Amino acid sequence: METYLRRATVWYGGVGLLTGRVLRSLALPPKYFRLVVHEIEVMGVRSLGVALVAAVFTGMVFTIQSAVNMARFGAESYVGPVAALAILRELGPVLTAILVGGKVASGITAELGSMKVTEQIDALRTLGVNYIKRLVVPRVLAALVVFPLLTVLADAVGVLGGMVIMFVERGADMWAYWNTTTYWVVPKDFLTGVGKSVFFGGVVTLIGCYNGLSTEGGTEGLGRATTATVVHVTMGVIVSDFFLTKLFLTLFY
Amino acid sequence: MAERVVIEAHGLWKRFDTVEVLQGVSFALEKGETLVIMGGSGSGKTVMLRLVAGLIRPDAGTIHVFGRSIEHLSEEELLPIRRRMGYVFQGAALFDSLSVRENVAYPLREHTRLDGREIEARVVGNLRQVGLGPEVLSVLPAELSGGMRKRVGIARALAVEPEVLLFDEPTAGLDPTNSKLVAELIQKLHGGVCDTAIVVTHDLELAKTVADRVAVLIDGRFAALGPVGAVLASDDAGVQAFLAGEAR
Repeated sequence: METYLRRATVWYGGVGLLTGRVLRSLALPPKYFRLVVHEIEVMGVRSLGVALVAAVFTGMVFTIQSAVNMARFGAESYVGPVAALAILRELGPVLTAILVGGKVASGITAELGSMKVTEQIDALRTLGVNYIKRLVVPRVLAALVVFPLLTVLADAVGVLGGMVIMFVERGADMWAYWNTTTYWVVPKDFLTGVGKSVFFGGVVTLIGCYNGLSTEGGTEGLGRATTATVVHVTMGVIVSDFFLTKLFLTLFY
Repeated sequence: MAERVVIEAHGLWKRFDTVEVLQGVSFALEKGETLVIMGGSGSGKTVMLRLVAGLIRPDAGTIHVFGRSIEHLSEEELLPIRRRMGYVFQGAALFDSLSVRENVAYPLREHTRLDGREIEARVVGNLRQVGLGPEVLSVLPAELSGGMRKRVGIARALAVEPEVLLFDEPTAGLDPTNSKLVAELIQKLHGGVCDTAIVVTHDLELAKTVADRVAVLIDGRFAALGPVGAVLASDDAGVQAFLAGEAR
């Protein structure tokens, strides 16, 4: 128990210190902006398929389940807003963060961890290069752009997927479905979800970077770090989602 | 501190878990001098080098590099000091996704405003200094032999025109021919582009070839420190056992 607590303290402290160093290193030299663009491509374009497929199927499943059960109470006409609210406020940002975040962060851990165990990070340091600016900040900045964009797209295809399945499976009038949805869903429902995704992007990337930079124990340690990242990202998103939800409900509702 | 002293360490202690790797090590390195630090595996030689480069911090003691105390400096404050040093890693630590050209050019792109042609000329020149031709420019590190990787590592370290070179086991894992090549290269650099160096090794032949002074690290302390001849003739039992290859 003591060992576990010590390890947890070291980990949270390490992520906190890394966050502080990233905040102090946000001013990048212009030549590093191409790294941010490269990371946007790596994280965003290559994760688009995963995010959209997950979103459309989750939207369809949630909508059809809601329709079947809400019909029992005579409330099927409200399936549209219920599904849209769930997707915009929770499912879109959280699923995108877990799926894309797991993929992106484990990739970051593998890359930085490999650099760590082969002394390439020490090589950067001995060459007088600020490795936080070179390796971490571009990834964090890219994630702050990519995660909200992917979430917006995931929201859109999730809601549309629900609408289509309601038309195909339940014979719903798409025009009425859309009108009911847009009547009950307000911009802040969408914006709080997008706000969450910005936070998730930062958290996920920092976890991936920290686990990579603290990798020890050669290739075996690298494997452990990569696996740990997937778990940390998933738990980090789920737990922080609760606190963000509480915060946003207090502030905006 | 004398003006000629480039690096001065005093009373360095370093512990990892329960093992006291260094126990009050002191030395000074003067401009134009090559100091070879010898010792068995796990004796703390690489730890010494990493302390000098500011990659790790000592638990106690002081290190002055270029007249500045570095043990309490932040990572950002250490960067300009490190730019005046070149570090050659035991495994070369080349950036594996970059070609030889990009590896050697890396510090130039980071720290200078040279244009592409000037960088190319500097890269070719640095590779020539370590005995490599332009045919390796586009090769990835994984495609190079161990000896070539070491030499590219030296070329990269030279790119920043360092005032001091730090070599970590430069001949480890190399065949006798490549070991001799690397030893000759260090000797050549000593008389040319970078005349001050610390070389960490367990290779006695390398020490005899390149050292102005030799230090033997045993049980966390320098059991001997002085000119090569004096250390070879040391009456310390531990030093003699190490030199005879009979140390534990």
